[in-house]
Amino acid sequence: MSQIISLMQAAVVFGTVIMFGAVGEILSEKSGNLNLGVPGIMYLGGIASLMGAFYYESAVAEPNKLLCLIIALGCGFGAACIGGLIYGFLTITLRANQNVTGLTLTIFGSGFGNFFGGSLNKLAGGVGQISVAATSSVFRAYIPALSNLGYIGKVFFTYGWMVYLALAIAIFCGWFLKRTKRGLNLRAVGENPSTADAAGISVIRYKYLATCLGAGISGLGGVFYTMDYIKGTWGNDLTIESLGWLAVALVIFTTWKPVNAIWGSYLFGILYWMYFYISGLTRSTQELFKMIPYLVTLAVLVFVSMKRKRENLGPAALGLSFFREER
Amino acid sequence: MEYAVQMKNISKSFGEVKANSSVSLDICKGEILALLGENGSGKTTLMNMLSGIYYPDEGQIFVGGEEVSIRSPKDAYDLKIGMIHQHFKLVDVFTAAENIVLGLKEGKRLGKRAVADRIREICGRYGFEIDPDRKVYDMTVSQKQTLEIVKALYRGADILILDEPTAVLTPQETEKLFAVIKNMKNDGKSVVIITHKLHEVMEVSDRVAVLRKGEFVGSIPTCQTDPERLAEMMVGRSVSLNIERSEPVNPTPRLIVKNLSVRNGEGVPVLENVSFTAYGGEILGVAGVSGSGQKELLEAIAGLQKAESGSSVIYVAPDGTQCELVGKRPSDIHDLGVQLSFVPEDRLGMGLVGGMGMPENMMLKSYRKSKGFFMDMGPSRRLAENVRDTLEVTTPSLGTPVRKLSGGNVQKVLVGRELAAEPTVLMTAYAVRGLDINTSHTIYRLLSEQKKAGVAVIYVGEDLDVLLELCDRILVLCAGRLNDIADARTATKESIGYAMTYLKNNKAGDRIDGGGQKHA
Repeated sequence: MSQIISLMQAAVVFGTVIMFGAVGEILSEKSGNLNLGVPGIMYLGGIASLMGAFYYESAVAEPNKLLCLIIALGCGFGAACIGGLIYGFLTITLRANQNVTGLTLTIFGSGFGNFFGGSLNKLAGGVGQISVAATSSVFRAYIPALSNLGYIGKVFFTYGWMVYLALAIAIFCGWFLKRTKRGLNLRAVGENPSTADAAGISVIRYKYLATCLGAGISGLGGVFYTMDYIKGTWGNDLTIESLGWLAVALVIFTTWKPVNAIWGSYLFGILYWMYFYISGLTRSTQELFKMIPYLVTLAVLVFVSMKRKRENLGPAALGLSFFREER
Repeated sequence: MEYAVQMKNISKSFGEVKANSSVSLDICKGEILALLGENGSGKTTLMNMLSGIYYPDEGQIFVGGEEVSIRSPKDAYDLKIGMIHQHFKLVDVFTAAENIVLGLKEGKRLGKRAVADRIREICGRYGFEIDPDRKVYDMTVSQKQTLEIVKALYRGADILILDEPTAVLTPQETEKLFAVIKNMKNDGKSVVIITHKLHEVMEVSDRVAVLRKGEFVGSIPTCQTDPERLAEMMVGRSVSLNIERSEPVNPTPRLIVKNLSVRNGEGVPVLENVSFTAYGGEILGVAGVSGSGQKELLEAIAGLQKAESGSSVIYVAPDGTQCELVGKRPSDIHDLGVQLSFVPEDRLGMGLVGGMGMPENMMLKSYRKSKGFFMDMGPSRRLAENVRDTLEVTTPSLGTPVRKLSGGNVQKVLVGRELAAEPTVLMTAYAVRGLDINTSHTIYRLLSEQKKAGVAVIYVGEDLDVLLELCDRILVLCAGRLNDIADARTATKESIGYAMTYLKNNKAGDRIDGGGQKHA
């Protein structure tokens, strides 16, 4: 039993990172922008929140908890938004190729993150030395009364507040896209921009806003990873990048519906961590298990393509740039 | 007469191309104005400046007497101008109601019930039929068009612009559309119809305005003119609108098609048990609502589509030898010595390579014949020059990529190449789609010449007037089945139109919707 609960907990924490990434990416893709820069944007979010927290914590003797939270969150979200803005400027205004731009952003983001992560480690006095304990504790705090409720408490209430923020954002985005006029307009922009344009919708504005805010939300995945998952430290490895790609895969898995990202991300988490709870696996067979989320995504792609239900496919104008006077 | 819209000295260029130069056009309140002109005469561009898609380089626009600046489609809606584009501006995965409220500001939530009520009210007033909850991808072309009109009316449009609204409709649907347009006129709305079909102008409009090569030629009340005069205004010189049709001389069976059936990629039958014989020396027309199996019919004969077992297409060569074409690839058919020429619907997709010039495109058909490692460009270049000169292809140079040519010129290149192969069977799909009167008549003339030379011509068309004038017999497809083979000299538009939409021996007597979707 305790093994199952610990798998659940691992899955939820892991899933939250990619849930942020995927929900943000869904928002962006709904506007027709296929942003393959998600991994890079998550790096930007992660490193910016860490830098903000590090400089704040080293500047004052007694860090204020609320300020810690605002600075880390604001820096992470803001940096990710700027990443989205760069992508938006290139693809929307300059109409550059979306795939190339996105991949470049990923390379840029991981380089940026690891360069400054390394520098922070050096500043803090050596590799593995950096720690923003005060900020991390704010991110990792949970309500003791609820977490003590036996199994239920363990499965549902032993997480930092960003786990619940991810849920709220996913549900809100689902509601927004499905039930509001602005959501309808946004979907129209991704499906058929010239139709949306002819209906009086400002295509450019919707694309920019969805791309920037979507990137911001994806970036929160990086913030959560840095502050909660690895407890306010920085490891110069490629974990964030691999999580970012998983988030992109999750978008397809959810058939572009944010609410599906909730169970989808937890499922990915379970599949990813399953190897840890199966005894008798060697290092190489472990790696095979880690492949399962991608295999599941492939299976979903095959299944969805076979069913050919229009609603389950991506936005029709995904990956295309829009120019009103195009002839 | 009160003016709804006045456009004064409007000019618009795209790069070097002047689409409109100093055009002045008035639209009166409560009139149906036909905007007539050949392809590329700038009709759509002019109206796009009213609907906010383009912004004029020069000139003024007055709406209701006041000068306005229309910078976006939203501005146009605010001025109560609505345009129904030729390529519908609809989101496929949305319902009718969602498409209608798209972009509207009222309220933040989607008030589905209120929207549906208002849609029904509009439908009742003008005689539309529309289901607010139906997805657009489930609609026929005519339903989509209706939806577009309702969308414009829902936004309170008083001035409606319809860009070639009848291009995709059957005669019956066209009748219905014209009735609706007249209802709107009686309701005090101004309607502009962009068209190049003269008989429609005569039938529905109050006044005609003519554009030629981006310039305004003049306007005239419809009751004071006739098709010949309008054609002259449109082309700039007198043109004969008659299509010459000779009696078939000694027709001999060339293609004997038996029980031809084709399924599409999803296993749905798109062509079922079609049997007919095409004769050398005649033009066999193929009519049908778009997506009724025309494309599959031609492609199955040409070896591009797999036919179901039991299908048979026998080719009878002029010397009497016979061979079976089903189950063979296009190259096999060619190797058998069958001179089959095919002008497909998708000219740049299937017919020509857009990025290559004329000689290279000519070579596509013949390069296999030449031996050796290197290409011999000579014959292709000579053929390209020949096609350019005889068909009057306008191109900056032979090497210009064909996709840069206008639609009419692209079609001429393709038809020229196919005719140069001296076919015994010539199949054309929508050979004149998007072409102006002049070029269309050139194509008709070429087809008639082929017929006189003993070629079996199969002409898939959409304009029933042309089918009736050009062809000898008309094969009517309805939902993938052969519904009628009529004598073009005695058939009427109505009888063909009926056969296109109502399947014979259909017990329920249900109407079959086109668009390739059959509702079982």
